[in-house]
Amino acid sequence: MCHQLVENHDDFSNSCIIGLQPRGIFLSKRIVQHLQKWNPKNKLKYGALDITFYRDDYRRSEKLLVPSRTDIDFVVEGKKVILVDDVLFTGRTIRAAMDALLAFGRPEKVELLVLIDRKFSRHLPIEPDYTGDAIDSIDSDKVNVEWKENGKEDGVWLVSKSKSNATKTKR
Amino acid sequence: MQRKLSVKHLIGIKGLVPSDIELIFETAQTFKEVINRPIKKVPSMRDVTVVNLFFENSTRTRLSFELAEKRLSADVLNFTASSSSVSKGETLIDTVNNILAMKVDMVVMRHPKPGAALFLSQKVNSIIVNAGDGTHEHPTQALLDAFSIREALGELKGKKVVIVGDILHSRVALSNIYCLQKMGAEVMVCGPPTLIPKYIDELGVKVETNLFKALSWCDVANVLRIQLERQDIKYFPSLRDYILQYGINAEILNKVNKKITIMHPGPINRGVEITSDVADSKQSIILDQVENGVAVRMAVLYLLGGQQNS
Repeated sequence: MCHQLVENHDDFSNSCIIGLQPRGIFLSKRIVQHLQKWNPKNKLKYGALDITFYRDDYRRSEKLLVPSRTDIDFVVEGKKVILVDDVLFTGRTIRAAMDALLAFGRPEKVELLVLIDRKFSRHLPIEPDYTGDAIDSIDSDKVNVEWKENGKEDGVWLVSKSKSNATKTKR
Repeated sequence: MQRKLSVKHLIGIKGLVPSDIELIFETAQTFKEVINRPIKKVPSMRDVTVVNLFFENSTRTRLSFELAEKRLSADVLNFTASSSSVSKGETLIDTVNNILAMKVDMVVMRHPKPGAALFLSQKVNSIIVNAGDGTHEHPTQALLDAFSIREALGELKGKKVVIVGDILHSRVALSNIYCLQKMGAEVMVCGPPTLIPKYIDELGVKVETNLFKALSWCDVANVLRIQLERQDIKYFPSLRDYILQYGINAEILNKVNKKITIMHPGPINRGVEITSDVADSKQSIILDQVENGVAVRMAVLYLLGGQQNS
């Protein structure tokens, strides 16, 4: 994925990476580390975006989410923005993320990078530009992505209601 | 992370548990970041209608609530008693039920009678936020005061706060005492003996009538306004006498010789309870309180409003 990013964004002088709170942060940090290793001179613009207040299920869902931090210390106006999240499922989070992002200005372009794309489960016409892996899963399955930073082993778990089996994916 | 408030309405701080207050603070922190963005509005409460019912005068609280509602994209109705059918003899419940019949989801109310908010929450089917009920409670003010202290000093636990002035008529004082004690701070009240309620020490607060001693003890001084409109009898000989004994000025603060954070819930009577040089000094966080007020009220509305359909 990092190779693809470099192909499209060259030295990232006019691009920035924004991870979605809370779980896209781990992935975006890893990507930033990787890119920095290849080209240490590059100053990558990197931020975190919380989308809680832009969700479309306020007052409709049982749970009320507690927001986390938004941390964007650069101007997104006119930049190419790469949104980063772990799993793309219904697309509703990304819809909210785009709304939230536009509150900070008008980016030149918005791209989407996800580690896992759950195909055929979209509620909205949203597709990723960069994908780590694509899987077929039924709606009742859960996809858990775990990170070392989270105190667990790196890995992707597909959990069915009846049994649980693991597929390991490497970036 | 999913957490919930333990209450359906915000009537007073007394009914909250410390984890509720902590949750409101955490949410307010993120809203504070939101209101400092270039675009200060978020769409969370797009389909929620809120009515601000003010049966008593207010500038700050009403504007602050209205701004908080608007920043959350809620639809706002404003109501002031003086220009309404209340003056034609309509009762409180009838007024509110008529407004709710127009499909309003939340009610923010200020009322001169203590207990009005609790009464309303028992009688009508809506979410009630108390914006001050007489001399009883003013929960959002206490929350924003505590939030501001936490912001200025890092934490509340173990901090010493003195509330100076008219404790007897002050809903801010009562809510502040509950809120600060629940968060682990020590509270002292200071003022003329006639303006300190009897039995207040049963709440676990210290009582001091000497301003200098009180200031020497505290980390934070929350200065209250002398509420002349609530004083039906004379509680002190003259305003001048009050200023001499309880007015906070640069001279007494220099004498105390330690850095005290100065707060005031507004409106300020400059030259009475506090002098201009102190109110505008660096150690005063009065305007931070106002900014935090919007964030805290956004948090309260967001957390209460989000629960309704669940």
